[in-house]
Amino acid sequence: MHLEGIRRSYNIGLPSEIEILHGIDLDLHRGEFLALMGASGSGKSTLLNIIGLLDRPTAGHVFINGIDTASLDDSAITRLRGHAIGFVFQEHHLISAFTALENVMMPMIVDRNGGSDAIRARALGLLAKMGLAHVGDNMSSNMSGGEQQRVAIARALAMQASLILADEPTGNLDSQSADNVFDFMRQLNRDEGTCFLIVTHNLELAQKCDRIITMADGAITPA
Amino acid sequence: MNNAVPFEWIAAVRFLREGRLQTAFIILGITIGVAVIVFMSALLSGLQVNFLDRVLTSSAQIQLLPLDQVARPLFASDDVIEDATVQRPTQRIVSINQWQKVRDRVAQMPGVLNAAPTMLGSALVTRGDASRAVRVSGVEPESYFPIIRIPDFLTEGKATLANDEIILGTDLATNLGASLGDTVNVRAASGNSVILRITGLFDLGNKAANESVSYVALRTAQSLLGQAGAVTTIEVKIADVYAAERLAQQIAAANPVKAESWIATNAQFFTAIRAQQSSNTLIRAFVGLSVAFGIAAVLVVSVIQRSKDIGILRAMGTTRGQILRIFLIQGGLLGLAGAIIGCLVGAGGLIWYHSLIRQADGSELFPLLLERQMFIVTLGLATITGLLSATAPALRAAKLDPVDAIRG
Ligand SMILES: Nc1ncnc2c1ncn2[C@@H]1O[C@H](COP(=O)(O)OP(=O)(O)OP(=O)(O)O)[C@@H](O)[C@H]1O
Ligand SMILES: [Mg+2]
Repeated sequence: MHLEGIRRSYNIGLPSEIEILHGIDLDLHRGEFLALMGASGSGKSTLLNIIGLLDRPTAGHVFINGIDTASLDDSAITRLRGHAIGFVFQEHHLISAFTALENVMMPMIVDRNGGSDAIRARALGLLAKMGLAHVGDNMSSNMSGGEQQRVAIARALAMQASLILADEPTGNLDSQSADNVFDFMRQLNRDEGTCFLIVTHNLELAQKCDRIITMADGAITPA
Repeated sequence: MNNAVPFEWIAAVRFLREGRLQTAFIILGITIGVAVIVFMSALLSGLQVNFLDRVLTSSAQIQLLPLDQVARPLFASDDVIEDATVQRPTQRIVSINQWQKVRDRVAQMPGVLNAAPTMLGSALVTRGDASRAVRVSGVEPESYFPIIRIPDFLTEGKATLANDEIILGTDLATNLGASLGDTVNVRAASGNSVILRITGLFDLGNKAANESVSYVALRTAQSLLGQAGAVTTIEVKIADVYAAERLAQQIAAANPVKAESWIATNAQFFTAIRAQQSSNTLIRAFVGLSVAFGIAAVLVVSVIQRSKDIGILRAMGTTRGQILRIFLIQGGLLGLAGAIIGCLVGAGGLIWYHSLIRQADGSELFPLLLERQMFIVTLGLATITGLLSATAPALRAAKLDPVDAIRG
């Protein structure tokens, strides 16, 4: 993945227009394990949304495998997002109307428009890898924060995405659970070669990453 | 999660299930609306059928009468009218001209089942000290009773009519103090009188009729009323009761008679039915509208509540189309579920009401008309209403920007 001159403004065209990202260039490589740090309001989540194809930049280009995503229409972007990118959000990780297992199955079900035994087996396997085989049938709202976050990671892995974007995945967890979740991700990165981009305020955790990207006021500060 | 069920259906059902109270309340609302519609429509058509039944068993579908006698002005000389006031002549008992020919011609018309010549007049029935004015109908049992089914209304005796026999309404017999087998004296205005034996008593379910109607043989009526060989009306029974007016006009055009269909005679009833049907349609439309707005309101709220879910689903690769369908399906399911329960409640209410409300004699007030077609139409309409009212919220959900949705 390659980002070139990414700018993002809000209230475009209005007198109160503000630019949040001021021209970001960034390369993510296969199998990398990256930390994204920066003060609150520096634009980390905004950047993550653009990388994750949830949002489009006001200016600049996002290339995935050499394809300029600006040239893709909404349904193509949606499909690419579903297959190539996994998300772990800081809050509201899971869809409460479904069980933990179903949440993990969800991206695959969405993709095939229906479940199958293979999907169920894969989701169970992912849960087991997260040490959560026993909570599969719990409604997601009945689980602890750490468990929910691990289910969310399992879900992000379901489509074998090449890039996982995690926005403060450990922000709501105590340091013990945070370490566990972080270690899981690091393990997966080593085992499967999945690229992780993790937003964190925890320098200690960030230092376990391959590379730390620091943002300040909508720009990346040179290392 | 069932593997065979498409993702949109699973999500729609789960969302409805999770929003328990909202779902329950809106389904209750739809149920009430649908139940009222089902109850009202079925009751109305039951009462209608019942009324038609009653009208058609106690009167013929077409009645042929002699032409009105019109007064002609007197001309003194050419173009000079002597007397400017044209008085309407008294309408004496008049026979239908050449009634045998008319009857035979009418009986052979396509769509006509039966034609019965009748002699109608009034007379005084006396037994001992008691006397009552009655309407005497002289009929041929074999042609008349298939049209006006007196045998079905007999409470005592049999429906035969020899020349010295008479059949009376039950209340008339009571008033006269007469019972089956007794004889009564029947005297007409002409001064003729006969003594007749009561062979049957009937109950038409209508006190006025039971007090004043009697049947004798055609010949007996003719001689009693001093009209040998004459008939005053020909009662006609036809296959399609709703073709009565058209057939009546055909008959009147081709024969020297006046033809009155039951539709024309009961014009008021039909006007009332039409008014009731249009008010019923209006009520249905408004119930439908309020159901639609109810569903839309619930789904709009649900879209707002679920915006984060929608955002996450979109992040996971759910397309706008899938989101749209999830909410459309919810609308359709709400409509359908409410309609199913509403149909059951409406039908149950009608069955209960049917057993509760009875006529004085214990017979049903209206027939229980629960037609499958009505239910199918109701279910279909409710589902479509649900889908339509879900379009606005569903479009809104589909348009949600995933970033905004997740941010909340
Ligand atoms: N939709 C929006 N409209 C206007 N301003 C926005 C919008 N979204 C984000 N911003 C602004 O952009 C800036 C960057 O927001 P962003 O969420 O990217 O920060 P962040 O680095 O993720 O902060 P945190 O660490 O607190 O999550 C903030 O000042 C925020 O107010
Ligand atoms: Mg943020």
